[in-house]
Amino acid sequence: MLILECPYCGVTADETELAAGGEAHLKRFGPGSSDEEFEGYLFHRQNPKGVHFERWRHANGCGKWFHAARCTASLEVFATYTAQIAEPPAEVIAAIRAKRPDWSPE
Amino acid sequence: MSTRLSSGGRLVNRSATCEFTFNGKRFTGFEGDTLASALLANGQTLMGRSFKYHRPRGVVASGAEEPNALMGIGKDGKFEPNQRATTAELFDGMQATTQNHWPSLELDVGAVNSALPRFLPAGFYYKTFMFPRPFWKHVFEPVIRKSAGLGKAPKDRDVDRYEHFYAFVDVLIVGGGIAGLQAALTAGASGARVLLVEQTAAWGGRAAVDGVEIDGQAAGEWINNTIQELKNMSNVRIRTRAMGAGVYDHGYSLVYERLTDHAPETGGPRHRLWRVRATQIITATGAIERPLSFAGNDIPGVMLASAVRDYVVNWGVSPGDRTVVVTNNDDAYRTALALLDAGLSVPAIIDARADVTGDLPQALRARGVDIRTGTGIATVKGGKTVAGVSVCAQAGEGAATDEIACDVVAMSGGWSPVVHLWSHCGGKLIWDEDHAHFRPDPDRAPVTHDGTAFVRTAGAAHGTMSTLDVLDSAAKSAIAAVEAAGFKATQHDLPLTNDVVEAPMSPVWMMPQGAGPAKRMKMWLDYQNDVKVSDVMLAAQEGYESVEHTKRYTTLGMATDQGKLSNINGLATLAIALNEDIPQVGTTTFRPPYTPISMGSIAGEARHDVFQPIRRTPIHEWHEAHGAYMEPVGQWRRPYCYPRNGESHDDAVAREVLATRQSLGLLDASTLGKIIVKGPDAAKFLDMLYTNMMSSLKPGKCRYGLMCNENGFLMDDGVVVRLDDETFLVHTTSGGAEHTHGHMEDWLQCEWWDWKVHTVNVTEQWAQIAVVGPNARKLLEKLGADFDLSAEGLPFMGWSEGKLGGFDARVFRISFSGELSYEIAVPASQGRVFWDALHAEGAEFNATAYGTEALHIMRAEKGFIMIGDETDGTVIPQDLGLGWAISKKKEDYLGKRAQERSHMTDPKRWKLVGLETLDGSVLPDGSYAVADGTNANGQGNTQGRVTSTYHSPTLGKGIAMGLVLNGPDRMGETIQFNKVDGSTVATKIVNPVFYDPEGEKQNV
Repeated sequence: MLILECPYCGVTADETELAAGGEAHLKRFGPGSSDEEFEGYLFHRQNPKGVHFERWRHANGCGKWFHAARCTASLEVFATYTAQIAEPPAEVIAAIRAKRPDWSPE
Repeated sequence: MSTRLSSGGRLVNRSATCEFTFNGKRFTGFEGDTLASALLANGQTLMGRSFKYHRPRGVVASGAEEPNALMGIGKDGKFEPNQRATTAELFDGMQATTQNHWPSLELDVGAVNSALPRFLPAGFYYKTFMFPRPFWKHVFEPVIRKSAGLGKAPKDRDVDRYEHFYAFVDVLIVGGGIAGLQAALTAGASGARVLLVEQTAAWGGRAAVDGVEIDGQAAGEWINNTIQELKNMSNVRIRTRAMGAGVYDHGYSLVYERLTDHAPETGGPRHRLWRVRATQIITATGAIERPLSFAGNDIPGVMLASAVRDYVVNWGVSPGDRTVVVTNNDDAYRTALALLDAGLSVPAIIDARADVTGDLPQALRARGVDIRTGTGIATVKGGKTVAGVSVCAQAGEGAATDEIACDVVAMSGGWSPVVHLWSHCGGKLIWDEDHAHFRPDPDRAPVTHDGTAFVRTAGAAHGTMSTLDVLDSAAKSAIAAVEAAGFKATQHDLPLTNDVVEAPMSPVWMMPQGAGPAKRMKMWLDYQNDVKVSDVMLAAQEGYESVEHTKRYTTLGMATDQGKLSNINGLATLAIALNEDIPQVGTTTFRPPYTPISMGSIAGEARHDVFQPIRRTPIHEWHEAHGAYMEPVGQWRRPYCYPRNGESHDDAVAREVLATRQSLGLLDASTLGKIIVKGPDAAKFLDMLYTNMMSSLKPGKCRYGLMCNENGFLMDDGVVVRLDDETFLVHTTSGGAEHTHGHMEDWLQCEWWDWKVHTVNVTEQWAQIAVVGPNARKLLEKLGADFDLSAEGLPFMGWSEGKLGGFDARVFRISFSGELSYEIAVPASQGRVFWDALHAEGAEFNATAYGTEALHIMRAEKGFIMIGDETDGTVIPQDLGLGWAISKKKEDYLGKRAQERSHMTDPKRWKLVGLETLDGSVLPDGSYAVADGTNANGQGNTQGRVTSTYHSPTLGKGIAMGLVLNGPDRMGETIQFNKVDGSTVATKIVNPVFYDPEGEKQNV
């Protein structure tokens, strides 16, 4: 059972307090997008064994959505950060690189 | 024959006897006995039958690893099957029964399977699939079903109580042997919060049995002193009868405490499941001795060498008079010493090693014991008991050189560290050549949130075997753990121990080394599942290379013991058969729990009324007082109907519908979801959330809306009210308020975070009552309002607020029944008084409370859809004829792009229609419309399905809605729907609005 720190209220929360929301930083495609774009947005997920950016909600706490950068293999958490951002901030990338020098975003 | 020795037994209290029954026979044991030791003390060596061949089985082990001696213990509401006799503590009045035999333990007809092992080879279950289908159905399935499963499920409801307990510690130490005790001492001295748990009732593990001395103290004395010291530390908690069951992500772990299994008449909960958050975990879980694979190694009387000396030293029980010890290591010689010290006979020690030079063998030689080096057991003689062994050269094929009469064989194939907890959360293992076992690899420990190790090992679980190394590894692990948890450790001095020089063990995976097929068919690897050396070799021969596949194919290591004895021997056998090294073959996955834990402990307090929270409306008590038949709607309980004076539910529902349609009905609609959406961008937000336009809604007005997810599927519906320019009140379905609110927050927080909108779920702040029927306005007028109630002043789809009969009320003129209807919201605190007032003032109009079923029927009579009936997560609004509620003007809304996908615009999608059987009967729920021909699977084709079906009291016949291929274009056509009995019923496709299609009733 994971522990994640909610970046809004600062609580170190057990997974029972949280709700998982799947892959983070998806770009929404709406009307006018091509079938391929929309299919990618709706269905295609990276599902990596390793570094993953995820959406979580502090559902049984402050109610806020946030993002977590996490290793799906070792369960190491590199950072949690605001959901109100289109891509991982530089300091989160740096925190990941500090632990996983071989990793690079995309 | 096994018996109680005249003296000895460090764990039993000979002055306290316990009477118990075994298969109805009365026996006597002592306080401190396990069921297994007490049975042996009474000469009962036969303790069960094996799973597949029903072979007679005796106890093999003395602890949690026991595969054979599984019993049903207790009776009625306290009965539990599959309990290990080796871990069940004896108490006065215990009732134990054996399992897996018919008609009796002594005479088991199923034992005929034992004569047919050729027909029950590895994977026999899967091989049965290759037979023609009728053969499977009529021959194999009935036989397999009858023999499947160990023990019998209890028939009565469990009368015991269980609880969960939450704990937060710096260091959790699992295992109360000397390693765990030393780790607790060292960790406790740092001031860290320590929890030490031990699965048995006694501290100290094997040390006292093995004659360990620490700093000049006998093990027992050192253990007692250490426990006293730990009890004096306020930061240390210690618990016996508490097993570390599992280690999970980031230091979460479960401890299974058995509080009253040994004293069932005591009050309080039976089991307690500790849900522990530990910063660091030390596994001091010891090691388990391995059996040796020789022919006849499953005959009752063949036991682990360590178990034999446990029975002698711990419980003062002799497993037999003459014990042959068979070993590949020095440790088993301790058993011979213990037997000699107890005055028992050891006719020979059969040691597979050519050179036997350690201190312990020398001590035995000095006592005149016959030590046969380089030898093995060719076969064990006997049936239900051991009669003797024939001896052979270990290096050969098993030609017997001579026979030795004995009634016990004490075997030792070496020791395997208990690595389960280490492995649960990803700890990796390395193969130790010297000890021929897998042990934890400290460089690849399970890691916690910051990537650092959070599980460490101590003692035999670490792979260390001498007392000195055990204590040293424990102290070092404890120091590392407390420092990782942020405490300062005090250094520790190595103790003085009485370790002797032990010669290296030598791995023996088959005895004798060159045993042929006939012998391999008698060598058991897994006693519980009847898996033999020959089965694993057959699996390898049939192409099973992965240890995980072999496990499933042969059932090696399955069931209650999960291969605690058989794993290493099994995979070594597989490695030999595949001609690979053991580390290449690897182990199967270790999964929690370490040993089975009770279902009751998992449920904890969550039973009966507290299984889940129940939501009650402010009017709930009135419903109960008026005999409502309640149904669950999400976590709410809502009245389904209110039967009166022995009325059937159907009659009550019909009465409620007719009373409402004819005069006046009252519905507690408080469960309806209510969400406030407020802010400068609230209208823009609702335009995205709903398929239709909400920004054009005027304050004072209501509008029905449809909400889809990004896949385009309909997820919720309800009436949206504009309270003022910036404020909307969104009504959702009864079960959907929390989900819809979460959906809103998701989009607001994660996609449109710069939009100025605030949402609040106010569902429980308001009681809401629907006042429905031709006399609805008259009732409101009678109550008296300080606002206009007239048809013009409060028109259909309008709303007003003010005082109504003295209550602060919001009145929405909306209708889900097709009648003149008002939904009136009052503060929740006034809900019940308002409800009572409506009944009192409405009496002259025969005001009738109606339930959810009447609500459903009235909406179906009007052709209104219901989320969850007409929708199932695959239905889009276009399927339901709701095109009128989908804005053509809006550029975007959630689900719009998805609804343009080719499958969504396919004209062949089934569409909503009304359905009427020609004979007026009610269509069965979930019925399908049959079509000509069959599909690729040979199943009949379909062309539609029923989504809602009722008897309409208003119309006096069955009415239904359904989704039908090209349905709206086929009005008046008759198609066939299937019925449960296999016949079909002719059904006409009609307009889904069965009642008042012009809407004249609601518009008055």
